[in-house]
Amino acid sequence: MDLQQDYFALFGLPQTFDIDREQLEQAYRDCQAQVHPDRHAHRNDAEKRVSMQWATHVNEAYRTLRKPLLRARYLLSLRGVDAGIETNTAMAPAFLMEQMEWREGVEEAREGGDVSDLEHMRQRLDLHERELRQALSGQLGDTAADGEAAADTVRRLMFIEKLQIEIDDALEALED
Amino acid sequence: MALLQLQEPGMSTAPHEHRLAVGIDLGTTNSLVASVRNGIAVCLNDAEGRAMLPSVVHYPRGGAALVGRAAQAHQVDDPRNTLVSVKRFMGRGIHDVTHIESMPYDFLDTEGMLRFRTVNGVKSPVEVSAEILKALRERAEASLGGPLVGAVITVPAYFDDAQRQATKDAARLAGLNVLRLLNEPTAAAVAYGLENASEGVYAIYDLGGGTFDISILKLSRGVFEVMSTNGDASLGGDDFDHRVFCWILDQSGVAPVSDSDARRLEGLARRAKELLSIEEEAPIRGTLSTGDEIDLTLTRETFVDITRTLVNKTLAPVRKALRDADLSVDEVKGVVMVGGATRMLHLQQAVGEFFGQSPLTNLDPDKVVALGAAMQANVLAGNRTADEDWLLLDVIPLSLGLETMGGLVEKIVPRNSTIPIAKAQEFTTFKDGQTAMAIHVVQGERELVSACRSLARFELRGIPPMTAGAARIRVSFQVDADGLLAVTAREMSAGVEAQVVVKPSYGLADDEIAEMLKSGFEHASDDAKARAVRELQVEGERMLEAVQQALKADGALLDDEERARIDAAMAALRTAVAGDDAKALRQALDGLGRETDGFAARRMDKSIRSALAGHKINELKV
Repeated sequence: MDLQQDYFALFGLPQTFDIDREQLEQAYRDCQAQVHPDRHAHRNDAEKRVSMQWATHVNEAYRTLRKPLLRARYLLSLRGVDAGIETNTAMAPAFLMEQMEWREGVEEAREGGDVSDLEHMRQRLDLHERELRQALSGQLGDTAADGEAAADTVRRLMFIEKLQIEIDDALEALED
Repeated sequence: MALLQLQEPGMSTAPHEHRLAVGIDLGTTNSLVASVRNGIAVCLNDAEGRAMLPSVVHYPRGGAALVGRAAQAHQVDDPRNTLVSVKRFMGRGIHDVTHIESMPYDFLDTEGMLRFRTVNGVKSPVEVSAEILKALRERAEASLGGPLVGAVITVPAYFDDAQRQATKDAARLAGLNVLRLLNEPTAAAVAYGLENASEGVYAIYDLGGGTFDISILKLSRGVFEVMSTNGDASLGGDDFDHRVFCWILDQSGVAPVSDSDARRLEGLARRAKELLSIEEEAPIRGTLSTGDEIDLTLTRETFVDITRTLVNKTLAPVRKALRDADLSVDEVKGVVMVGGATRMLHLQQAVGEFFGQSPLTNLDPDKVVALGAAMQANVLAGNRTADEDWLLLDVIPLSLGLETMGGLVEKIVPRNSTIPIAKAQEFTTFKDGQTAMAIHVVQGERELVSACRSLARFELRGIPPMTAGAARIRVSFQVDADGLLAVTAREMSAGVEAQVVVKPSYGLADDEIAEMLKSGFEHASDDAKARAVRELQVEGERMLEAVQQALKADGALLDDEERARIDAAMAALRTAVAGDDAKALRQALDGLGRETDGFAARRMDKSIRSALAGHKINELKV
């Protein structure tokens, strides 16, 4: 089975960061309606296997395009830009300093059991995330795309996502 | 058994032929079977007109197992050989079960799943569940008038891989072809959503006899998309009974009691709980074997008091599910209550307060899961009509991962991922010249391996000796539409491969099942054997016809050698069909199945591609 077709083409969408969520959702559902194992449950094992592989592929495509950060990383890889997730640690020192401060803040709030502080930090991060996403729509647009700048924004977003997860985990732990 | 199908995807096999399929709710306390008849899902009743089969199995000395009410009759006089709530033990080891010390069974602490020692031999929870499923299969076949094409079996959404696998094994052992394992709340959503033409976000709150699930679904134009699920696989109505049981002991001061008396008191406790959903207070009266008299009155107020912690225990998973779905309470359009335990008024009240709206209780909470499963079974069996064009997109409830250095878990598949899903991760060796690697697959949310469920351990051997960190071992997880996991490990440079379908640690080994099925066949009557041969012949004829058609349509997909092998396998099957040797028939069927596997896969791929291309062309026109 050859599943090399890119995710945007699979859903009939243009290869840009800004996508129409409704259209993506509808295309995803239309695809699953064709390939999902429930549509082929009465077939033989070999056929069911093919259906499962296709449905897996469609789910992965949807997951990747639905989440902005994953979508951005995927676009970079399609455009041959190395986002430098593992290798490139050359982030601006000021940014890294800021990250350390964030991390300390989360740690403090977690230890102090300060729910409102954690929630407040979460909101500020969400705001910051939105700004960076807006930057991405230009950096990863159809025209005037700037792969290097986009890669930098993607790395920043990854730091932010990590912090968001840490905050959510801390909130969940405090709830239990 | 392999059979090439001819129609395009999404079409039913033969419009005029209704294939018999059922949905089965295999519950902790009660089980039901339902089917779609004349377009309407109905529960199939027993000879006395009752839909619910108590999930109780009694093993008498030397005789056949009794199931349901006949077994229930022995609960008090022979508790050791009368197994109730066996669902709590599915895929579980002896150390996983709470309150095990107060259970009247003779447990066998075997590796993996626990077993029961009965007068009729050692039984696994899978075998006990298979007895219940067999009783339901027989009821359905008698009621529908023929053998079943298959069944959808429901499982709690929060069941882990071991519990799902155990359920599937039980169904196979009961002679059922499993069309799908379906999550109970999803089944309920189908029944509710279709009945009410609902659109929007719904929460399904499902408290059964022994399990609790919360699923958040988005219903939109015939698609039921599960956004998140959470729960507690060992919390249910039984626990409320147990609180009342403890209260009775405490109030009457009769502890400790014998196993028989414990069962008697559990019965009294359950009846009191049920009565409190209607009355303000419930009398609890009975005589124990010791002659002690019980005469108490349980008020609703006291009941609410002693079970408050249990009610609250269900709300934490609800909060988590909402957070995972990234939704707030006010975005939920409706809360559907499922499971007999949701009849408890203070539970309904607590759920209502949490969501800020009255929960929906207009469907029979005992039947809705079986009815939804029947609707899905009908569709999966190929009886779909134009107006039954719905699709279920479900998720995996618990993260899957691997043990890494220091007893930590590396998550590979995160919880609430839509299934089917595949993920791969690369690992490396940590010693020079290391030639083997232990792979330990776990499921759960905690960071430490010891706090997660161990699903399987296997070893990848034959890694070529290299310096530490040089080997690249790719471990792939594939979760299928039943939520079941298969794991493959491969060394990338040498291509050494090890594969495991996750079941050895907690399921029955495949050969154990084969052995049980075989001994069943050997004890079958001559009549049954002749019927089995006839069925194989019919299947052989159908398969020959199907392959013939497939060759005519898509023979070009094959090269000469592949074609020659298929032709030879067809000739062998033709010979076998002319005879009446069951073994030869099965071999010839398997042989042709094997030879046409690749062909079938290529045809399927071609057909899916053209379907996907077709839908895009349609889209462009709009």
